Amino acid sequence: MAPITTTLAKALNTGLRSAMEDDPKVIVMGEDVGRLGGVFRVTDGLQKDFGDNRVLDTPLAESGIIGTAVGLAMRGYRPVTEIQFDGFVFPGFDQIISQVAKITYRTQGAWSMPMVIRIPFGGGIGAVEHHAESPESFFCHIGGLRVVACSNPQDAYDMLRAAIACEDPVVFFEPKRRYWEKGTLDPELNSAASGERPPRCFSSVLRRPGTDVTVVSYGPSMPVLMAAADAAAIEGRSLEIIDLRTLSPLDLDPVVESVRRTGRMVVVSEAPLESSITSNIAARVTEEAFYSLAAPVVRVAGFDTPYPPSRLEDEYLPDLDKVLDAVDRVMAW
Amino acid sequence: MAGPPVQPSDPYLPTTAGEAAARGAAGLRGRPTPSEVIAGLRATSHGEDLIQLLSPEGTLTPNDDFPIEVTVDLLRGLYRDMVLVRRFDREGNALQRQGQLSIWVPLLGQEAAQIGAGRAMRPADMAFPSYREHGVAWCRGVDPTQLLGIFRGTDQCGWDPKATRFNSYTIVIGNQVLNATGYAMGQRFDGVIGSAPGSEDAVTSDEATIAFFGDGATSQGDVHEGMVFAAAFDAPIVFYCQNNQWAISEPVAKQSRVPLWERSTGYGFPGVRVDGNDVLACLAVTRWALEECRSGNGPVMIEAFTYRMDAHTTSDDPTRYRMAAEEEHWKLLDPIQRVKVHLSRQGLADQDFFEQVAGEADELAARFRAHCIGMPKPPPERIFANVYTEPHHQLEQQLAGHLEYLAGFAEQDGGR
Repeated sequence: MAPITTTLAKALNTGLRSAMEDDPKVIVMGEDVGRLGGVFRVTDGLQKDFGDNRVLDTPLAESGIIGTAVGLAMRGYRPVTEIQFDGFVFPGFDQIISQVAKITYRTQGAWSMPMVIRIPFGGGIGAVEHHAESPESFFCHIGGLRVVACSNPQDAYDMLRAAIACEDPVVFFEPKRRYWEKGTLDPELNSAASGERPPRCFSSVLRRPGTDVTVVSYGPSMPVLMAAADAAAIEGRSLEIIDLRTLSPLDLDPVVESVRRTGRMVVVSEAPLESSITSNIAARVTEEAFYSLAAPVVRVAGFDTPYPPSRLEDEYLPDLDKVLDAVDRVMAW
Repeated sequence: MAGPPVQPSDPYLPTTAGEAAARGAAGLRGRPTPSEVIAGLRATSHGEDLIQLLSPEGTLTPNDDFPIEVTVDLLRGLYRDMVLVRRFDREGNALQRQGQLSIWVPLLGQEAAQIGAGRAMRPADMAFPSYREHGVAWCRGVDPTQLLGIFRGTDQCGWDPKATRFNSYTIVIGNQVLNATGYAMGQRFDGVIGSAPGSEDAVTSDEATIAFFGDGATSQGDVHEGMVFAAAFDAPIVFYCQNNQWAISEPVAKQSRVPLWERSTGYGFPGVRVDGNDVLACLAVTRWALEECRSGNGPVMIEAFTYRMDAHTTSDDPTRYRMAAEEEHWKLLDPIQRVKVHLSRQGLADQDFFEQVAGEADELAARFRAHCIGMPKPPPERIFANVYTEPHHQLEQQLAGHLEYLAGFAEQDGGR
């Protein structure tokens, strides 16, 4: 298959389809994922082609989706579950924390838990309450889970293939407001197939080299960072942009290496500020690159409030101006 | 001539179902009286819906709906199972009292409910226990010593859940019911149910799943969702609820207005209430239910009506919330005694047999105890082992750091 230009949602769909073709044990389950193809159409057409024993329209119960996926994984299946929106994962939270994350540990490896929990996350779509949250930190705090977030079509495909192939449970965050943004997808590039464990796509990646400030984020904020780098360049500032991709475990070596060169760092996320991934990265970088830092690490994040009514979300979300303001602050220190 | 029988004045003795029904009103005026509590129990335990084959007095009455061939070997085997399980269960309590276990979760009184269900399973069937299923574990070939690590704090599952087809204990109430439902959905997708009746496949290949949970768990969303999913996907699963009357301190009346087995109707599958202290009835009904599932007619719910004769755990104190008279009442319904009485009265076992089983039980308890006391603290690497199946650099770094930290003590004072 030659490289194509496609959307992030379609790249995920392509990834699911090829994983299902390659392994008959891969099954998709969730609310509206079958006949409708999912509310974001990520599973479009899969039930028609693979049947309703492999693409399961489940009853409307998130604990039920995750809890039965656990049993299916024990039975030898590789369930890919869809949580319809970020704010709806909490009824399934108990099963994720108490069972999915702990079963391999509890049984000392007798069961592995090869399942994927797909969660569309983040704001910016003008939605009602519970449809724009960034709950990734909760999952990063739990041993036994891997947590990743994709930001473009190529990664969406590669990382979903890798997550499905992984013997560990993977919480897979998809930036919902980027679902319809296009990019190049070359399935042959698939780094999941290289045999590296963990696969290369479960690592941080340098998106743009620079010399003045290291700016780090993941998922929906990545295009914001790229735009910030363009804008900063006009003012003669060189930003180095890193996409974390894996949120747990973190792959901080490239970040620390970058900060040792630039001496300045800004960390960006839509999630609330405190006890967050941004806080954790600031702490880790301070531990590992203290003497290289010319300024404190600055965090750009959501506020420690519930997600606001959507008419206010442009003030809540990290945007170009907020990132540039943070760059100004670390440069002025 | 004697006059009319004198009504006993003991307030704990059973009264009428009408009085039991009035318990709702009792809630309005405060705590129910002891007689109302007992009456409530009687009203539900002595309903005509209860399937019973062997009465507390040891009388065997066949039931055409749940046929079972009762042989001497079967009866003796079930008796031995229950005596041995009770014996090591008592030893578990003792080991906790002596500081060898952090906690023990007694099954006293539930031997019939568990041995009956456990012996109804075929090797290919899969069981998902809660955390009190020591009797089911026994039937699945899990050695009792393998249960100890959980309660001594040396492991969290001492057996291979795949090989024994007996999943790890699950401590969060009701979680396992959903996991079991998913497993049963997989059995259906794998096509290992519904072989032609009487065919070899029906005996050798067909499988079912059984989920164990208690009366308290029936209030959990996961149990409800498990039943919804099982019904939606026609999963071959038996929902085996051991109603032991108490969820720590809360009586079953806190969980449900209707008998628990009747809930199955709401989900669209059959439910049966069995005398959970009658091992033959539990065996016959569970065999039937598993066979229904294997043949494609699942799910099925069973309510095994039994009694937690001991505390919730060794940390619990039931004298704070229930009447001693209630416990005395249930002693008359003891699951082991009725089998012993039947074996004796029918001349199916003599004193030698009972003594031999008792001797075997004491040997098991001694082995259980010796094993427990000899269990070492796991090495520090255990903290980090099997958190993930695939390599994880963060934990590798943390393990290395922890070992280095410990090694510092070794240099300092010759180890900790």
